[in-house]
Amino acid sequence: MDLDALLRCVGTTSCVVTQLTSGMIIGMLLFLIASGVTLIFGVLNVINFAHGSLYMIGAYAAWTFYQLTGSYFVSALGAAVAVGVLGILFERVLMSKVYGSNVLMQLLVCYAVVLISDDLIKIIWGPVPLSMGMPPEFRLPPIRFMGGVIPPFYLFMILAAMAIGLLLWLVIVRTRFGSIVRAAAINGPMVSALGIRVNLYYAAVFGIGSALAGAAGALAAPVRSLTPGMGFSILIESFIVTVIGGMGSIVGAFVASIIIGLTRSFGSIGFPLFVDGVMFLIMALVLIFKPSGLFGRPHR
Amino acid sequence: MVAAGLVGAPAISKAQTGAIKIGVPTILSGRVAILGQTSVGGLKVVFDKFNEAGGINGRKIEMVVRDSKGAPQEAAKVTRDLVNNDKCEIILDAEASSGAFAVQEVIREMGVLCIHSNSETSSLTADPKLHVPTAFRTARQGIHDAIGGGDYAAKIAKAKGLKKWATCSPDYAYGRSNTAEFMEYAKHFDGNIQVVEESWPKLFQPDYTEVVTKLLNAKADAMYSALWGGDLVAFIDQANLYGLFDKQASFMVNLGDYGVVDQVKQFPQGVYSGGRYNRTVPATKENEEWYQNYVKTQKHKPTNWSWENAVAAEFIVEALKKTNGDTNGKKMAEAIKGMTLKSQFGTKGTVTMRAEDNTLVDYIIGYGVSQSKEPYVSDFQASAWEPIFELEKQWKKKQGYIS
Repeated sequence: MDLDALLRCVGTTSCVVTQLTSGMIIGMLLFLIASGVTLIFGVLNVINFAHGSLYMIGAYAAWTFYQLTGSYFVSALGAAVAVGVLGILFERVLMSKVYGSNVLMQLLVCYAVVLISDDLIKIIWGPVPLSMGMPPEFRLPPIRFMGGVIPPFYLFMILAAMAIGLLLWLVIVRTRFGSIVRAAAINGPMVSALGIRVNLYYAAVFGIGSALAGAAGALAAPVRSLTPGMGFSILIESFIVTVIGGMGSIVGAFVASIIIGLTRSFGSIGFPLFVDGVMFLIMALVLIFKPSGLFGRPHR
Repeated sequence: MVAAGLVGAPAISKAQTGAIKIGVPTILSGRVAILGQTSVGGLKVVFDKFNEAGGINGRKIEMVVRDSKGAPQEAAKVTRDLVNNDKCEIILDAEASSGAFAVQEVIREMGVLCIHSNSETSSLTADPKLHVPTAFRTARQGIHDAIGGGDYAAKIAKAKGLKKWATCSPDYAYGRSNTAEFMEYAKHFDGNIQVVEESWPKLFQPDYTEVVTKLLNAKADAMYSALWGGDLVAFIDQANLYGLFDKQASFMVNLGDYGVVDQVKQFPQGVYSGGRYNRTVPATKENEEWYQNYVKTQKHKPTNWSWENAVAAEFIVEALKKTNGDTNGKKMAEAIKGMTLKSQFGTKGTVTMRAEDNTLVDYIIGYGVSQSKEPYVSDFQASAWEPIFELEKQWKKKQGYIS
């Protein structure tokens, strides 16, 4: 515990700017993944434990598209679309069979997918870590702002994640598609009785959630080592975010992601050996005082 | 008792007539899968040659490689399985330090010969409480690198006025001990050095953003890091975004290894890098031939783990020749203890398995400066072993390992 260092940092503009942006970078990547988890849970009432694998596949897909096209933007878009399609297949072939089953059965199906996808990654791309490297358009000196340091790529990551989040929110809140999805989340059979093919909407939601994970993988690919199993650690954090924010709440996922990002960022200075502990502590406090999460509604 | 002995006899006899099975627990998946891949490569180069020459008494060596996934409990389980179920007669522990300590305890019970080929944590062989008579180490040892590296760093620090230091190393036995030892000897050689910031990212941590920004905020003159493998690759990729290497002098003991060099897309220049494996260190015909042969047969470049494992395999082969193929743990250990081998990886053309603590000495240690093109590390300065031996003895006394 080094609270003096934390206080020194908070009293210095350059440190505050650097750590704030650092927290936002961590948080926004988590938000993209957690928003997929929470969207799928909110509508389909299933917890997609294989979501980390979709993030991993997104990163590997982006790496492959980048090797083929040389364009990072095409690669990121391609990865999101590819993982979205894969998510739809996953939902239609496997997950749709366990809707309404107990959590253990859903967990089993997801865990099987995690193991299979890890092994497939090893077979296709090999066990050795891959590195995409920074695309040339982002190989720029870091931006100086009020004495703090902000890498241009990270600024892009934050803005891209926020834009995707905003778009998702608009789709859910302001479109007919979103209205049907929200209605299906509350009472699927009733929506079905109105002649709407709810299953198609379920698949679409799963696809969107998966595409968000794929986009997160693509955004992470230039700065993280690509390895089989890389989705596991981020999945745990994204579940913490989902629980804190409230299962099913995209706004909650956004706020909780920022809380976790800032905890990690400033925590690394003030309590570096207890950052994970504090994250779990926050989650525990939320569960004790508001079990449905900061923005969640009571579970159906 | 007699019955048990008679029942057991055919099995022993059978084991002594088939292939000599050598169990290799290692890491073949995850961020550091390259450790297992290039360790096995180093072993294969030697064992294939041994087998092509006919083996010993008609017995050839068969490797049984198992993935521990980097988990200590899995490393212990896999090692037990290799001995009990796969009937391996020798264990070649190609685990990182996180698993090597667990393997050491299994070997204590099993009594088979074991060579730790990758764990650099000094206490594994230096601490007499951990000593196992049939266990050896061919991996370089942290304290050796720390003394050699500390001396090198202190010279640079004095010349450039690097007083405030930060550290960034993985949070487990190797990272902690390696960093503490390096800084201890840097301070020993330059009393002006002080550590102002320490970062301990978790092993296999995916994101180093908060670590990098913490280092930036520390405004240190220099940084030491014992990060390695895929973790080091991810750290460099993320540190480059913040221009970290332009803001301070950096000393990275594991930077100049081909496994890292080939993966980092923007390889930092001017970083002080520890000597791991490099085809130009030493710049000898033998080393170049070994490199070429390795690349040709294994289809990838060798790493630090490759040479450490190749040396382990050579000790096993030589010991088998001495025992006439008897794989009994005690006999093999007696053969290896104090053995000197001709080796291109040695400072004087030889490496020795020091008898007093079952660890390798006389291998090449040193530091150079990173550059973006072959040979990736230039101005390599090899450390002399005599001062290392002297300071190592003092260090052992201080730790209470010797009196």
